[in-house]
Amino acid sequence: MDMEIEALLRPPARTMAPYPAKVITLATGRRMVVREVDRKDVPALLKAVRPTLKIPRDYYDIVGARLFAELLGWYRYRVRDHYCIVGQVDGYLVGIVNGRMYTGEIGMSYHTLAIERGLRIGAHLFAAKMEHHLEYLGQEEVWITAESPIGFRRWMIEYGLELKEGMQHELGGAGFYALTKDIWNRAKPRLCVGDRPVAKELMAKAQAEIKIADEDAIMEQILGAKRRQLK
Amino acid sequence: MRKVAIIGVGMIPFGRRDEDSLVDMLAYAALNAMDDAGLGERPIDAVYVGNMGAGLFNHQSAVASALVDRLNLLPAAADTVENGPASGGSAIKNGVLAVASGHFDLVLVAGGEKMREVIGPRATDIVATMTHPQAEYIYGATLPTMAGLFTRLYMKEYGVTSEHLARVAIKNHRNGLLNPYAHIHALITMEGILTSPHAIVNNPIVADPIRLYDCCPVSDGAAACLLCPAEMAREFGKPAIVVAGFGQATDTHTLQEREDPTDLKAVRIAAQQAFETAQLKPKDIDVAELHDAFTILEIAESEHAGFFKKGEGAKALDEGQTEIGGKLPINPSGGLKARGHPLGATGVAQVVELVWQLRGEAGERQVKGAEKGFSLNFGGFGNNVVSFVLRRE
Repeated sequence: MDMEIEALLRPPARTMAPYPAKVITLATGRRMVVREVDRKDVPALLKAVRPTLKIPRDYYDIVGARLFAELLGWYRYRVRDHYCIVGQVDGYLVGIVNGRMYTGEIGMSYHTLAIERGLRIGAHLFAAKMEHHLEYLGQEEVWITAESPIGFRRWMIEYGLELKEGMQHELGGAGFYALTKDIWNRAKPRLCVGDRPVAKELMAKAQAEIKIADEDAIMEQILGAKRRQLK
Repeated sequence: MRKVAIIGVGMIPFGRRDEDSLVDMLAYAALNAMDDAGLGERPIDAVYVGNMGAGLFNHQSAVASALVDRLNLLPAAADTVENGPASGGSAIKNGVLAVASGHFDLVLVAGGEKMREVIGPRATDIVATMTHPQAEYIYGATLPTMAGLFTRLYMKEYGVTSEHLARVAIKNHRNGLLNPYAHIHALITMEGILTSPHAIVNNPIVADPIRLYDCCPVSDGAAACLLCPAEMAREFGKPAIVVAGFGQATDTHTLQEREDPTDLKAVRIAAQQAFETAQLKPKDIDVAELHDAFTILEIAESEHAGFFKKGEGAKALDEGQTEIGGKLPINPSGGLKARGHPLGATGVAQVVELVWQLRGEAGERQVKGAEKGFSLNFGGFGNNVVSFVLRRE
């Protein structure tokens, strides 16, 4: 590798405050550990994201393809000031969110991917991402866009986000919205939960391995495909 | 009047079925019912289809005619029956009357709805077209808001608590897990949906005091059954299940006009009629499928149908009487709460579940020794109710 050119292609690293892990009790009663992961964890995450590229339903294919590229870009030093937070239940990956610091004051929300559906895992992880930007990275606002109608309802409508006229989110697409501190402070009590610190044994299990369900199980989770066999 | 038997039943898994049209779903369910009966080449005389909102959900009308053509049942008579969420029950009632009168011998009844073609809020708005346009809808009334008002009153008058409501949801989710046709396959816990501080996100308030898990999901799905005179049923392979009784009643369109808004008068009358025509009493029933579009309704209907005294439905729930294995299992299918609620399909799906139960074909959710079953299909906010008593001959 030509290290001189590589040095030019790699973004400079900024020291970012860590996201403190928390644990959330899901509707099923199972505990989801929500924690920030490292660059070294990306290969495991990509295994979970890859199957979603085949799922047009709810724009999983677009979200999956973009998230795949963002994670790969982070892994190979092509995205600046990126972070990734995951949800794990019994070690298994159930959802991923990511974003980056656009400036010191502005956060850029990238994607939210729920691998296990129907338990508001996406909602919990999105809230964790907002919490990270505003409370740990110390930013003033987060810029958010959505590719799917579900995302639009979950973020823009549930949080009551502020439309940013005449500006462009990094992901392009439609108009985008901002989560300001005021909006966050109003939304947080009803949308952001979790207990800290995470019990040692729970955290150890999550950190030991990011377990990934096999591709069929992921497809079944997202599509609810199992029952179709009865037709 | 001739005695009517159900000789075949069929369903398709409820849920989100992007790949199927409404008529596809009805056709699959109907074919399953015909196969179940071992119908062969015998011609079907008439087809009744229960459907509430194809015109609004799918821009389609005259669904029964389309189904007759799709199944090549021409020239069978075809009627679409629209009666809100009680459309399925009404379609069966019409089929039963057609056979009982002697006019038709073989009648197919199907119920179906494709609701997931629109987003959730739009689906809620379409369902709200059954409210009073001037007295309710224009003020923002939807079915969840009515359920919220009704639940609050029921809590005040009869001591029902949020824990009772959650217990209905937990029971029906557990039952749904045993039903391969159910929309929702997820165990939920009291901690996860109510007592944990995290439950505020897992199970948010929809219309105080009802929460997300107090509401049925928005589902696609279809179910069907095949009717004939009881004396003809012997020609088919399955044990004959007869329609021993049925009832139907209407209450005021608006909730505000009811003398006592917690009195589900149409439920009481429809159930009484069904028991009287069947010459049975509520205590004779082995299994019931009730219309738990909202968790409070399972409790309230169980009282108004006569299974428990008014105000004691929650106590029966606490005591486990309504569990599979309890004194009166209610909604072993998972009910609307977990099996799902494709509006026009629901009344038919309830009867399909009872037929499976009375034949002993309900698999892991089988109620042991079930011989007599009761269903209750609730339209509007209790302003149009259809009920059946089925019996294994």
